[in-house]
Amino acid sequence: MVSILGVLLAWLGHNVLDNMRERGIRAGFDFLFDPAGFEIGEGILSYDAAQPLWRAFAMGILNTLRVAIPSIVIATLLGSLIGLGRLSTTPSLRKLCGFCVESLRNIPLLLQLLMWYFALTSLLPDASDAISPLPGVLISKGGLFLPAWSCVGGGCSWNLPHLEGFGIEGGWSLSPEYLAVLTALSLYSAVFIAEIVRGGIQSVSAGQIAAAQALGMRPLQILRHITIPLALRAIVPALTNQFLNLSKNSSLAVAVGYPELVSIANTSINQSGRAFECIVIVMAVYLTLSLITALLMNLYNARVALRGAK
Amino acid sequence: MIHSLFRRTGLAVPFILAALASTPAHAGKTLDAIKQRGNIQCGVSTGVAGFSLPDSKGVWSGLDVDFCRGIAAAVLGDPNKVNFVPLNPQQRFSALQSGEVDLLARNTTWSLSRDASLGLSFTGVNYYDGQGFLVPKKLKLTSAKQLKNAEICVQSGTTNEKNLADYFRAQNIKIKPVVFEGFEASFKAFFSGRCQAYTTDISGLAGVRNKEAKNPDDYVILPEVISKEPLGPAVRRGDDEWFAIVRWTAFALIEAEEYGITKANVVSLKDSKDPNIGRLLGSTEDSGKLLGLDREWAFRAVKAVGNYGEIFARNVGPDSVLKLPRGLNNLWNKGGILYAPPIR
Ligand SMILES: N[C@@H](CCC(=O)N[C@@H](CS)C(=O)NCC(=O)O)C(=O)O
Repeated sequence: MVSILGVLLAWLGHNVLDNMRERGIRAGFDFLFDPAGFEIGEGILSYDAAQPLWRAFAMGILNTLRVAIPSIVIATLLGSLIGLGRLSTTPSLRKLCGFCVESLRNIPLLLQLLMWYFALTSLLPDASDAISPLPGVLISKGGLFLPAWSCVGGGCSWNLPHLEGFGIEGGWSLSPEYLAVLTALSLYSAVFIAEIVRGGIQSVSAGQIAAAQALGMRPLQILRHITIPLALRAIVPALTNQFLNLSKNSSLAVAVGYPELVSIANTSINQSGRAFECIVIVMAVYLTLSLITALLMNLYNARVALRGAK
Repeated sequence: MIHSLFRRTGLAVPFILAALASTPAHAGKTLDAIKQRGNIQCGVSTGVAGFSLPDSKGVWSGLDVDFCRGIAAAVLGDPNKVNFVPLNPQQRFSALQSGEVDLLARNTTWSLSRDASLGLSFTGVNYYDGQGFLVPKKLKLTSAKQLKNAEICVQSGTTNEKNLADYFRAQNIKIKPVVFEGFEASFKAFFSGRCQAYTTDISGLAGVRNKEAKNPDDYVILPEVISKEPLGPAVRRGDDEWFAIVRWTAFALIEAEEYGITKANVVSLKDSKDPNIGRLLGSTEDSGKLLGLDREWAFRAVKAVGNYGEIFARNVGPDSVLKLPRGLNNLWNKGGILYAPPIR
């Protein structure tokens, strides 16, 4: 099976390269070592336009992770709370959580993303009138700026954000693009996770709970020792899907100008004309990320499943 | 999932794979395909005022749109036999390569890398432009060199994205690009105040300012022109016959202006004594034969959309909201650089 797929891919690749050559389109990965030639608005590596293109891709991949991983954490925490909330005995809380779920999961993610983005950029003040809720913290259309502890040479000091030219310089910053993507991805995934959590908990049979009660366990003990371990068996596999969706959905960030992998790939295609190669890189990265996520989740799943089975 | 991922993000995987894994293009087939299909697939922008913009009824207008209509008139005898395919900057070249469009007339800059490595050929220039910056008046800027640390909104997949990096690197000024995939999101972000400047071709800036801004007078275009943007139509490589038709239709529209042939007088000029006019309109000589068309090809194009000057005035010049000056896009004998080789 795998070898048939391999032969098929090789044939396809060969044909593609042949046809590209025939049509006067250049091919190959050498271009990754040429200077990138473009700036990137934000990222965690030091980078400028003179550096090789592969470094721009590295920036893009890190930006994808920088938004996907926190989103996964926030979505899981928030999703669990909403999921529990939907099972609450308090009707108003139950209704509120139900409302969140229904409204968020029925609006396309792209729309939510654009909505958050334009809400942020329209409502926040210009850099020159930035709000400073705490000393050293600035909020403007340019994003959220926090003091950063930075060490240059031998000395370390607080690097405070301050107005310079048109923008705010220094400190540690989160752009409105980042914040919009983080918010949209977290909330959107959270409501799906909430449903998974709710379903997982409801799947625990009433008999198990009744048995625990008969043994004299208290409600919190039941939740911790009976309900959660049993529910996890149903939750984890479905959660894996959500995490995979979330990572891939992060590619929607191109719509609001967040420089993640797809955005960098788009720019690189433009700069180098190597559409095919750049797409191959994007596919390879998403495939790798998905496989790693699935692997980790399967390991975790094996643990919860085993514990339940013992 | 992968498929929808690429659909959403504009990477044209299906196109490219389908196009490249299949057999290579054959020369001379485009015209046959067009005749058989009965229309021209014309790749345009998703909506740039003055160049290609659909109205509320879905009727397209603009300089590029008129150019496609002119070709449809020349080739198929009917300016309305065009299907406009809106393309964002990233989709445009794949759409042409894969054969989804016969012709790209989409404010696209002619450059060496595009001409030599994308499997396409530019047939000429239909608008000489340059890149500039649009800024809010309230920032009181007078030069692009004052944009230190500014955030600048730009659309990905454009020459503008590249020039932006080059220009400020050369000036040793640090700026932050905010790069959008879609046109609308890019200018909306600018108008919301996210960026202190918006950059693209000056004609595009005029469109954004006059068509999309709530109050156009709140925005100004800075004096710097940081690049050459010769915008022109492109066709797939390897079909010289089709290439020649597209190229010479454009020349015919320019030549028509030079000889004073307009939409209004083209019919009466058919029996003009001027041999140049007779040749162009097919009343004395058959220039169409050489292109694989009939003798009235140029006559029909001018009759449908007017000469270049009329197309300019209607879409981007004095009769439009953009009010762009003729500048470089005037005829060579009127202070511009439009110069069509002789049609004979
Ligand atoms: N001439 C430049 C820029 C062309 C371009 O795409 N400009 C943008 C901004 S005016 C545009 O047309 N956007 C419309 C769209 O995405 O459909 C190029 O060829 O790269």
